[in-house]
Amino acid sequence: MSNTLNLTLQVWRQPSTNAAGTFETYQAHNISDDASFLEMLDIVNERLIEDGKIPIEFPHDCREGICGTCGVMINGRAHGHEKGTATCQLHMRKFNDGDTIVIEPWRAAAFPVVRDLVVDRSPLDRIIEVGGFITAPTGTAQDANQQPIPKEVADSAMDAAACIGCGACVAACPNSAAQLFTSAKVWHLNSLPQGQAERYKRAESMVETMEEFFGSCTNHGECSEACPKEISLDFIAYMNKDYIKSKVKNRRMSSQI
Amino acid sequence: MASPTLVKKSSDAPLRAKGKELPFPLNLYQTAVGKKWVMALTGIMLLGFVVFHMVGNLKLYIGQVEHLNAEGEYKLDYDINIYGEYLRELLVPLLPRTYALWGLRFGLIGAFALHIHSALTLTRMNQVSNVAYSSKRDFIAANFASRTMRVSGIIVFFYLIFHLADLTWGWTSDEWVRGHVYENMVNSMSRPIVALVYIFANILLSIHIFHGAWSMFQSLGINNPKYNALRRGFAAGLAGLILLGNISFPLAILSGVVDI
Repeated sequence: MSNTLNLTLQVWRQPSTNAAGTFETYQAHNISDDASFLEMLDIVNERLIEDGKIPIEFPHDCREGICGTCGVMINGRAHGHEKGTATCQLHMRKFNDGDTIVIEPWRAAAFPVVRDLVVDRSPLDRIIEVGGFITAPTGTAQDANQQPIPKEVADSAMDAAACIGCGACVAACPNSAAQLFTSAKVWHLNSLPQGQAERYKRAESMVETMEEFFGSCTNHGECSEACPKEISLDFIAYMNKDYIKSKVKNRRMSSQI
Repeated sequence: MASPTLVKKSSDAPLRAKGKELPFPLNLYQTAVGKKWVMALTGIMLLGFVVFHMVGNLKLYIGQVEHLNAEGEYKLDYDINIYGEYLRELLVPLLPRTYALWGLRFGLIGAFALHIHSALTLTRMNQVSNVAYSSKRDFIAANFASRTMRVSGIIVFFYLIFHLADLTWGWTSDEWVRGHVYENMVNSMSRPIVALVYIFANILLSIHIFHGAWSMFQSLGINNPKYNALRRGFAAGLAGLILLGNISFPLAILSGVVDI
């Protein structure tokens, strides 16, 4: 049986980047506890539209936890209080009737608010552009399993590749550091044979581009707790190691073991 | 999405431009990851000092021992005073007297300067990068120690200056005599206010170490799932050991367990 909830929402409303924003209070009555958090916002928006008001702008796309588009601060936690869950996968059954829910956009100097709960996360793309790829200007794709890769290595690379780039790590970090995102993207490729050719160049340029936009890591660990994919802090240590090595290593000898 | 008339501030403009790269090893100190690496390395040096300092102070509990002095006669002397003199004699005759000690001191002063400078610049970087939330944050992993590193660090720094003035330079007492480590410590910490300062500052130092001694592994890239669980234990154990050792001195002197 599904139950319904009556909620009080405090939602950040901001008409544009340079306009002043403020919290507005909305009553959300008769919300099915089967609804996802975003569906709850859809229902609230439909009612706002019926009343002739401007609906709440919020980021969303796939709604199945894999695209990384959605993400808001819910009661002071990135993606809400459910561990390893993106906002779209957070269900209203995790809330209680009569709850007040405070919804705020991600906050970071590099993430300006576009409107309401939508922020511009393009600095994360700037980091990917300088190293989140391998250069393989060859013909067709290789056969699978042509390069033997230990299972543990493939697992580690997959754990890193699970990052959906939602920016919750930056939002949760008291320093607005993007270390968890960047390290996941670095380690996804640096742990695999295919990524070795550009390993140290990648670590160096991705870290340095990251630092043009974001703060520095003080190892609080908030990022990993907020991450909907539960990316490990271990990758940050691996990235730090590769970054320091990038400054010392003689890359002319990097094909030699 | 956004309305077409929206004046969007480009987030593509970096908060800080990448400067010209300096030659190795100065280039390491130009970036935040490099600065954290330096902070961790200097932290290890300072931790080493704190541990040896505490071990040296434990000689307070040995009290007096028979000791062959410079005149070639056996006399009773406080063990910690003998140790203090030994530090000045370190590496004699390879180096002249106090040279090795001053070498260590200069190393520590350099480590302190880099540790503090990196903390200052990284704090400024983080302040620029961060925008405060308008609603209340609910922290999950960040603990009291990690969130108060700056405060505990600053207080420990001012305590350090007081400690030097109190027991190295002897500015806080007329009874202070150079080389009489035992007597100076007992005289100083018999004053309850001073003893309290020592206890309070060492609690903060331990809190600082509780986060720092774990965090340094991450900053240095020392991470292996096989022993990662031990890193927290190491930091907690080290912080606890330093806390117990260091606050035992003012407590022992205040309670009269250690007396002249």
